[in-house]
Amino acid sequence: MIWDFEHYNNNIAIIDDTGMFLSYGDMLEIRKEIGLAAEGRCLVFLMCENSVGAVAGYASFIENGIVPVLLNLHLERELFDCLITTYKPKFIWSRTDMADEYKKYGGSSVYSRFGYSLFKTSFGVDYPLNDELCLLLTTSGSTGSPQFVRQSYSNVRSNAESIVEYLELTSDERPITTLPMNYTYGLSIINSHFMVGAVILLTDKGLMQREFWSFFRTEGATSFGGVPYTYEMLEKLRFFRMDLPSLRYMTQAGGKLTPELHKKFAEYADNSGKKFIVMYGQCEATARMGYLPADKSLEKCGSMGIAIPGGRFQLIDGEGKAITEPDVTGELVYEGPNVTMGYAECGEDLIKGDERGGILRTGDMAKFDGEGYYYIVGRKKRFLKIYGNRVNLDEIDRMIKAGFDNIDVASAGKDDHLYIFLTNESLANDVREFVVEKTQLNPAAFRTIIIDEIPKNDSGKTLYKELAKFYE
Amino acid sequence: MTNLEKYKKAFVDALEVSENEVEGLTYQGITAWDSVGHMGLIAAIEDAFDIMMDTDDIIDFSSFEKGKEILGKNYGIDF
Repeated sequence: MIWDFEHYNNNIAIIDDTGMFLSYGDMLEIRKEIGLAAEGRCLVFLMCENSVGAVAGYASFIENGIVPVLLNLHLERELFDCLITTYKPKFIWSRTDMADEYKKYGGSSVYSRFGYSLFKTSFGVDYPLNDELCLLLTTSGSTGSPQFVRQSYSNVRSNAESIVEYLELTSDERPITTLPMNYTYGLSIINSHFMVGAVILLTDKGLMQREFWSFFRTEGATSFGGVPYTYEMLEKLRFFRMDLPSLRYMTQAGGKLTPELHKKFAEYADNSGKKFIVMYGQCEATARMGYLPADKSLEKCGSMGIAIPGGRFQLIDGEGKAITEPDVTGELVYEGPNVTMGYAECGEDLIKGDERGGILRTGDMAKFDGEGYYYIVGRKKRFLKIYGNRVNLDEIDRMIKAGFDNIDVASAGKDDHLYIFLTNESLANDVREFVVEKTQLNPAAFRTIIIDEIPKNDSGKTLYKELAKFYE
Repeated sequence: MTNLEKYKKAFVDALEVSENEVEGLTYQGITAWDSVGHMGLIAAIEDAFDIMMDTDDIIDFSSFEKGKEILGKNYGIDF
């Protein structure tokens, strides 16, 4: 449906940090087996980790026309229950050793490989799936909403092809995973490298672990991607002094890197004969919308670049009119074949067709310079990126209100720092713990601030702007 | 403050654990000690002892005990 594995039959496709590997030819065989076990197009919950089992399952589903919902393997239990009862998938593809977790949904295994099993659920409901629907992803990966982004086959294919083109990918590449595959940016790396028959190095080990760097060196990784926080960690790790001869390029997305850090990495790349490519994207546009070509990385520091091949950016003002002058801020609108079909909120939405017509209002405020390079300057919507994860502030407020009776709360913040404003000090610890548990993000991102009163206007609407003085 | 007190305080501050919980802690043993927590912890330890740790030491710093060993061996900090 997306890739031509036959063409790369003898190439290695994936290697994981336990030494397990599969060729593209092996992937074709597994595809056949999974196709037989699943008996036709249906919905599958794919519980993701960066392992051979998860990735081989993913590719097999896509190529069999089976629609996977990509979820974190360690997704919070309550949210998993909410999602599975909302969408009633026919199967769950997850780790065999987690079988007990799925017993209450039926959960007998019909196929097992590489430590993963296809568990058949007992819902007995098959929501009709739109013919174009390729896969479903969450936008935040946390915060309790059953909303998925609906990506079509042509979305995934066109975005992968575009990435191959602007990163000039070939079968020689060996990207190493630094991001979860259920995260749109992590998935785009897998999708684009399968396109060219490259080797993907799979690990769930992090930058802060020796095992990650051993695997990196042993397998000769040529590239990795990172969110802003990844680059902060790399700096902390004295990355600039590390000797990594196999490394060719690094990409950055998932939020805006500070111009200082952008400059440091661009200079490092420039001095060491590597490339540093800042990019811009959203799950709603499959993954990628913009990139800053490596040779402009220093000159256009702080910019996220230009539209990817096949796409187009435009800025619109408050009245929806196009902005034609440089250095004027407006909402960024993207047009391209990778603009996704829309959202799903429930099983009945899976039959829906394309609702966007190839145009996405990003919700990001941007400007462009005299040469047409774009700079993100802010956001229209109330959300933050925390360690690269989108966190919707209104959803956080709703969640806290649902979890605590009669609580007065408002959350606000800047990327990587979320502040929860409360009036009742005795609840502060409980609320913070609650949010940490729900979002599954490191507690360092969350602070509570006690104030006398949550500022509101006459009609009772929270005045979030007035909260900024407490943390800026 | 003794070196051990300083060392423990870095864990308490960076990982939000109580002082009697720090011994025996391991990387990824608690949710707060993930890669994000690790960066905060290393920063806290560097501040507390006024040192700059090497990459190898940062990625080898996998437990409360191992950390003590690294600081003792490579940075002359005695406990």
